[in-house]
Amino acid sequence: MIHSLFLINNAGDLFLEKHWKSVISRSVCDYFFEAREKAVEPDNVPPVIRTPHHYLINIYREKIFFVSVIQTEVPPLFVIEFLHRVAETFQDYFGECSETTIKDNVVIVYELLEEMLDNGFPLATESNILKELIRPPTILRSMVNTITGSSNVGETLPTGQLSNIPWRRAGVKYTNNEAYFDVVEEIDAILDKSGTTVFAEIQGVIDACVKLSGMPDLTLSFMNPRLLDDVSFHPCVRYKRWESERVISFIPPDGNFQLMSYHISAQNLVAIPIYVKQNISFFETGSSGRLDITVGPKQTMGKTVECLVVTVHMPKVVLSANLSATQGTYNYDPVTKILLWDIGKLNPQKLPNLKGSLSLQSGAPKPEENPSLNIDLKIQQLAISGLKVNRLDMYGEKYKPFKGVKYVTKAGKFQVRT
Amino acid sequence: MAFEEVCPDRIDLIHKNYRKLCNLLIDVEEWGQVVIINMLTRYARTQFLNPNINESLLEDSSEKAFYASDDEEDEDKKTEAAALAKRKPYVMDPDHRLLLRNTKPLLQSRNAAVVMAVAQLYFHLAPKAEVGIIAKALVRLMRSHSEVQYVVLQNVATMTIKRRGMFEPYLKSFYIRSTDPTQIKILKLEVLTNLANETNISTILREFQTYIKSMDKDFVAASIQAIGRCATNIGEVRDTCLNGLVQLLSNRDELVVAESVVVIKKLLQMQPEQHSDIIKHMAKLIDNIQVPMARASILWLIGEYCEHVPKIAPDVLRKMAKTFTNEEDIVKLQIINLAAKLYLTNSKQTKLLTQYVLNLAKYDQNYDIRDRARFIRQLIVPTDKSGALSKYAKKLFLALKPAPVLESPFKDRDHFQLGSLSHLLNAKAGGYQELPDWPESAPDPSVRNVEVIRLLERVTTLTSIPDWSKCTSRKDRKEKKVDKPFYSDSEGESGPTESADSESDSGSGSESASASDESGSGSESEESGEETESEDEEEDEEKEKKRKKHLDKTKAKKPAEESAESEQSSGTEDRKRGRKAVKNQKSASESESESESSESEDESEEESEEESESDTDIRKKKTPVSKQPPKQSKKESKKEKQEMSLLDLDDFEPAPTSAPVTPVNFLSSSLVSDLEGLSLTDTILAPTTIAPSGLIKLYELLHRITGEGLAVEYCFSRQPFSPDPNMVAVQIQFTNNTNSETKNLHIKEPRLQSGMRIREFAEIEVLAAGESVTVVMGIDFCDSTQAANFQLCTHTRKFFASIQPPVGELMTPVFLTENDFKKEQGKLMGMNEISEKLTLGEKCVNEHVIVERVTATANLSRVPCGSDKECRFAGKTVSSGCLVLVTVATKEGGRAQLTVNCEKMVIGTMLVKDIMQALSQ
Repeated sequence: MIHSLFLINNAGDLFLEKHWKSVISRSVCDYFFEAREKAVEPDNVPPVIRTPHHYLINIYREKIFFVSVIQTEVPPLFVIEFLHRVAETFQDYFGECSETTIKDNVVIVYELLEEMLDNGFPLATESNILKELIRPPTILRSMVNTITGSSNVGETLPTGQLSNIPWRRAGVKYTNNEAYFDVVEEIDAILDKSGTTVFAEIQGVIDACVKLSGMPDLTLSFMNPRLLDDVSFHPCVRYKRWESERVISFIPPDGNFQLMSYHISAQNLVAIPIYVKQNISFFETGSSGRLDITVGPKQTMGKTVECLVVTVHMPKVVLSANLSATQGTYNYDPVTKILLWDIGKLNPQKLPNLKGSLSLQSGAPKPEENPSLNIDLKIQQLAISGLKVNRLDMYGEKYKPFKGVKYVTKAGKFQVRT
Repeated sequence: MAFEEVCPDRIDLIHKNYRKLCNLLIDVEEWGQVVIINMLTRYARTQFLNPNINESLLEDSSEKAFYASDDEEDEDKKTEAAALAKRKPYVMDPDHRLLLRNTKPLLQSRNAAVVMAVAQLYFHLAPKAEVGIIAKALVRLMRSHSEVQYVVLQNVATMTIKRRGMFEPYLKSFYIRSTDPTQIKILKLEVLTNLANETNISTILREFQTYIKSMDKDFVAASIQAIGRCATNIGEVRDTCLNGLVQLLSNRDELVVAESVVVIKKLLQMQPEQHSDIIKHMAKLIDNIQVPMARASILWLIGEYCEHVPKIAPDVLRKMAKTFTNEEDIVKLQIINLAAKLYLTNSKQTKLLTQYVLNLAKYDQNYDIRDRARFIRQLIVPTDKSGALSKYAKKLFLALKPAPVLESPFKDRDHFQLGSLSHLLNAKAGGYQELPDWPESAPDPSVRNVEVIRLLERVTTLTSIPDWSKCTSRKDRKEKKVDKPFYSDSEGESGPTESADSESDSGSGSESASASDESGSGSESEESGEETESEDEEEDEEKEKKRKKHLDKTKAKKPAEESAESEQSSGTEDRKRGRKAVKNQKSASESESESESSESEDESEEESEEESESDTDIRKKKTPVSKQPPKQSKKESKKEKQEMSLLDLDDFEPAPTSAPVTPVNFLSSSLVSDLEGLSLTDTILAPTTIAPSGLIKLYELLHRITGEGLAVEYCFSRQPFSPDPNMVAVQIQFTNNTNSETKNLHIKEPRLQSGMRIREFAEIEVLAAGESVTVVMGIDFCDSTQAANFQLCTHTRKFFASIQPPVGELMTPVFLTENDFKKEQGKLMGMNEISEKLTLGEKCVNEHVIVERVTATANLSRVPCGSDKECRFAGKTVSSGCLVLVTVATKEGGRAQLTVNCEKMVIGTMLVKDIMQALSQ
């Protein structure tokens, strides 16, 4: 299926290649470079590029293009999903997935790729199995390896791979048995000029960090599971029980993983935690404009809004901005044309305001469109949908685990049109 | 995956594994799931009927209903009722349902590829009402990485064209953010446009209005086109859209204006009369707009509708003539066009201008333009040479042109399997497997047959053989049937394991079998009952001799009930008959009277001395031992002959305990005594072996309606066919239901598989009205279940007919002693042994019933056995004489183990299926 993989950085340098079947010349990437050039923005490169003999399927992540070469029909999502899995594995192993870390750990990268894909077919993509096969690098281990010449590859076959719960390795032991769950909700919304909601929905994930000994069988139940419109689960979750009882029953993988993600659609009323009053205008004459933005709390359920950031993608003609903020700092990057206003904590008594003038390129016609504002925020200890974890039960093991649940609400793709 | 790589065309390999795959799907790792789901989609497309076509499937759905009733007892009533109704509703195949049900939870997978695979499966296979559930999952994927979004949106765009309603509730999820990459924006726009309808158009248009103000100019152009498409599709908003677009004409961005012009041109073409002011407005624009496409569009508009703007048009032409040399090619062509049109409508004002333009064009660099100019000059300017065409020039140029249809680029993509690379590229990628069309409704029997076979293999139901013999194309089915075991062997999967799985399937309700059940039972089947392995070396030779003797003798066969029915019969009658046959099997003793009566319902009860005499002749041949008085049979109608003979035999065989339920094989009394003398140490068994077969199944070869009054039925008499011992005797009964004589009944032009032979019966000279006659013909089936096809001719007509034997009829009983049996079994181990576990049906309470069921299914004789937990049967195939050994070992709780040893694995596997089916009823 997948013949080869090329990693290409943002500058267009091919810095790593791996072939599973036969070696395919690098020149195949010329087609990619061509498309890359045409697309201007890296986001706009078409994910599937057709060349006379091959198909290139690529993803763009962390400023790296993962370009895979395939020859025959294969579901494109299959390849895309796999490439993302590769990127996630790198992130998992090296902390971040960047050109430098990949170059630093090139041996492990090749080992990983070799394990993840067997003759072009995905083999071991579970991080738990991989970690048993190939141990993640630590400073100590890489020192030892350099001196002794041994490798990171495990001697034994991972125990989980052949069992019916491939995501968990056998014989896990912890002194502190703990299970933490983070309910993270993101609000995706589009507000129009007047502040009315055009569209809003909530995307949530439950991230888990489970460090429990043995083979625990966990059951997580919610106070209000009917809230969830659409869910997707980690493979460890038993679908049947969710369908019949609306509880999440699973044998957890060891360590960090995403237990489930859910979706609460626009049909349910989605609370919008803040409002934005804005006035951005450009004058017909004098090549200047005015900007005035005020942010205030709306439905915050009594919690404070933190990490509030307003981002504005200015039209190309805006040269500079001369503004004053009552709270936080602003920064205008004349190259990317991005105005970033970092407010921090939202104070309901004294609403933050950003006001001032914009200077435009002289002679250029006034931009037709007002830029839209992207808002980023964070509310601790609140799931904006009102979702609440009821209880976590454990079966199969004797000890009593320490359990914890944390709620966070963030702004996802939160956009205000002007 | 290996399947996909190696032999993606070989759908037939999946049959056996289909249910297993469905049930295990959820436990397979995610990458495997994608491949399996894609493969099953194609498989299901060939095997099931389109759930969205209700009509035209009458024949098939009735069959389907029957099978469904077999599978699910509780559905029985419903389907029966449905079958009675004249128009039967579509009943989904349970296996089809199984697939849909088992894939549904995978929509919640975290892997986008799996979700997409399930979505395409539902899109291609599910009934309309159920497709909706995939929308939610697909909308969820939209939150994922932009590459995933891209692919999903492509697929959603295709889906929205076919099933708009599905995504309508999620309309807002496709709203565009300014931060989306352009390609995503354009795809979302496409989806929004597809979703637009009368009710939501206002919201969508409002959205579009914001998009037009975007900074991304490509996106704006796409938005304008989208507005145009909405306007053409939805009549009510056409004027609103047009007004909006006209406003855009004053936009500062030239690209926007140009795009608007092009779209307006298309819109105006639909109703030019009311919009002459828009045309005027656009004529003014020609001074400013530089984009060639837009200029060309304006010129075309003015030319086309020059009658609406008679004053402006010549002026525009004047301006354009001035700049002609500097224009782009498409604009030049349109200028020529405009000139020609104006010349035709308003030659007074524009004659010179046109000449001028044409002269300029004559010396243009582009030869297209030169050609066009030459062509137009000849057409419109009257010269001496000008041909007949110039008369029609006006008609040519100013013909009413059909308005363009603005179509989605995704319109025809759905012939590609969704989610595939080919679909994404809208071109066939290497190795792409075409998604097969649904099988043609009723008249696609080969597909149906495969499915039926598959059902038979998997579902141990009371599906009786005559039902599947209904299929019209026997050949195909047979090939499949014979081939399958070999294929599976070549795949490296042993027959027993596979069928064991299928068995366990049906054991757990065949439908609700959970995946875990499934995996558990796979291993169970490995252990096969091989306890009977002791061999007696000393007596070896002696017994061999004896056995041979028996073999010779036991070539004499007795009638049995299993055979095939003709295809011409109408559905309901078939079913009735099928049921009857089943009943017969179930209750041996009572069936006689029952079937008698039911048989007599259908048929006339006229008698004739002559025929009953001939009957008795035959009967004598068949049952040489029966001392039944001929007068008894005379009283009966001839159709009840089989039952008759049974009755007689019962009379003749007084052993009250064993008689009604004892095995089939018939041995002459002399033979019995021989046997007793030679080897029958087990005296209890001696009488039972001579007991007659319970029932003989009648099959229809020609229904009296299709046969125009001539009804033909046949049965496998289980008699030895005296002229050729390698042939199976088929007893055929003709009944003349007409008022006139039928003459010269004979067989013609047999079409047979190589090696097969037919020994025809002697021509029947005359069959008087209302009478019937019975003949025996021999067919050598070469130990295969392939049908023998031939023509049945009367003096006036020919009828095509075919006879297909159930596998059990391809053998003749062999008498073996216990030791012989064990010895022979020892020789037929390994590949030649097929062992299955099964749960005995409720009525299989004792040994007698088991013996009866097995012997009813196959023409075998019982082998004496010391243990009362075991029943053994032996036979050999008719043409090649291969031994067939059957062991049924009963266990606690109604469970049993069935072992068949046969050199011919095909025969063995088929026999296992048939017997299992008979026993588990």
